[in-house]
Amino acid sequence: MSVRVGVVVFPGSNCDTDTLWGLERAGAEPIALWHEEADLRGVAAVVLPGGFAYGDYLRAGVIARFSPVMRAVSAFAADGGLVLGICNGFQVLAEAGLVPGALLRNRSLRFVCREVVLRPARLDAPFTREIPAGRLLRMPIAHGEGCYYADEATLDSLEESGQAWLHYAAADGTIAAEADNAANPNGSLRGIAGVMNAAGTVAGLMPHPERAAEAILGSDDGLLILRSLVSSAAERVAAGRPAAVTTR
Amino acid sequence: MSIPGPAAASFRFAVNVTPKEGILDPQGRAVEQSLPHLGVTGVGRVRVGRRVELTVEAPDEAAARTVVERLAAELLSNPLIEQYGIELLGGASSIATGQ
Repeated sequence: MSVRVGVVVFPGSNCDTDTLWGLERAGAEPIALWHEEADLRGVAAVVLPGGFAYGDYLRAGVIARFSPVMRAVSAFAADGGLVLGICNGFQVLAEAGLVPGALLRNRSLRFVCREVVLRPARLDAPFTREIPAGRLLRMPIAHGEGCYYADEATLDSLEESGQAWLHYAAADGTIAAEADNAANPNGSLRGIAGVMNAAGTVAGLMPHPERAAEAILGSDDGLLILRSLVSSAAERVAAGRPAAVTTR
Repeated sequence: MSIPGPAAASFRFAVNVTPKEGILDPQGRAVEQSLPHLGVTGVGRVRVGRRVELTVEAPDEAAARTVVERLAAELLSNPLIEQYGIELLGGASSIATGQ
């Protein structure tokens, strides 16, 4: 039995179709969730896709935060539901305070679109459990505002707890320092490419797993993350965890 | 003869949002790095922010300011990385048009 996973569509989302397709390849029954609906239609997990929600006006992700669907997603997350934010979806999660930190303008001031190497910090999370030990991941990034920022104390605790679950790395797996322009595409502090909440149920990442979900695209490493999410969601459904309820 | 309703006035505010001290500001740095091309020296610590102007209808200035404070803190700025200042541009009775 396949598990139902929702992909939120904001005005300005542009990776929603790819994400629906990637989730299907990962074994899910994906459905689109319109931003004006506060009903998650019984999904077992939610993905916020990339794009420019509400034009990225004011700050990337901030206006999306106040949409009806995000009220439902916040309630779902507060109840322990699995939520993954990709690129602009990560920015939405950060603005909503569902994951720690903020995403600043890239240090180079350029929109960067290229493949990066990623090193997972932990393989026990709902978003990483299908990744083989020691495996580095290759997938594309495409963003202008992906420079991860949090204060020093927060960074320390994120690293220690493994909430900083994904780092930009060199080809040999060395984590990319802020000034390592070759491996760290946006100047993210401590090379952080993805963070999750303390409970390990809500995660964001700047790279695009759905754009690396089939070998013909140059890499299918992104499937490992999507499959992790789908198998975690399926396991929760099998264990009798109620999926998202309809809220009014 | 009509009886005047509850007094409500319009107040025009500006909210100035800037990156907090110590937060990387690549835009400010880019502006700063362009200054030598203009032949300008002796200018530093450039920080680029955003200014939002808005009109609030409220019984008095204090009530209007409360609304602006909330918008500034919850929507117009991200308290992790930005700070804001509120300026009253024009008050009372009629909507001030910016000069």
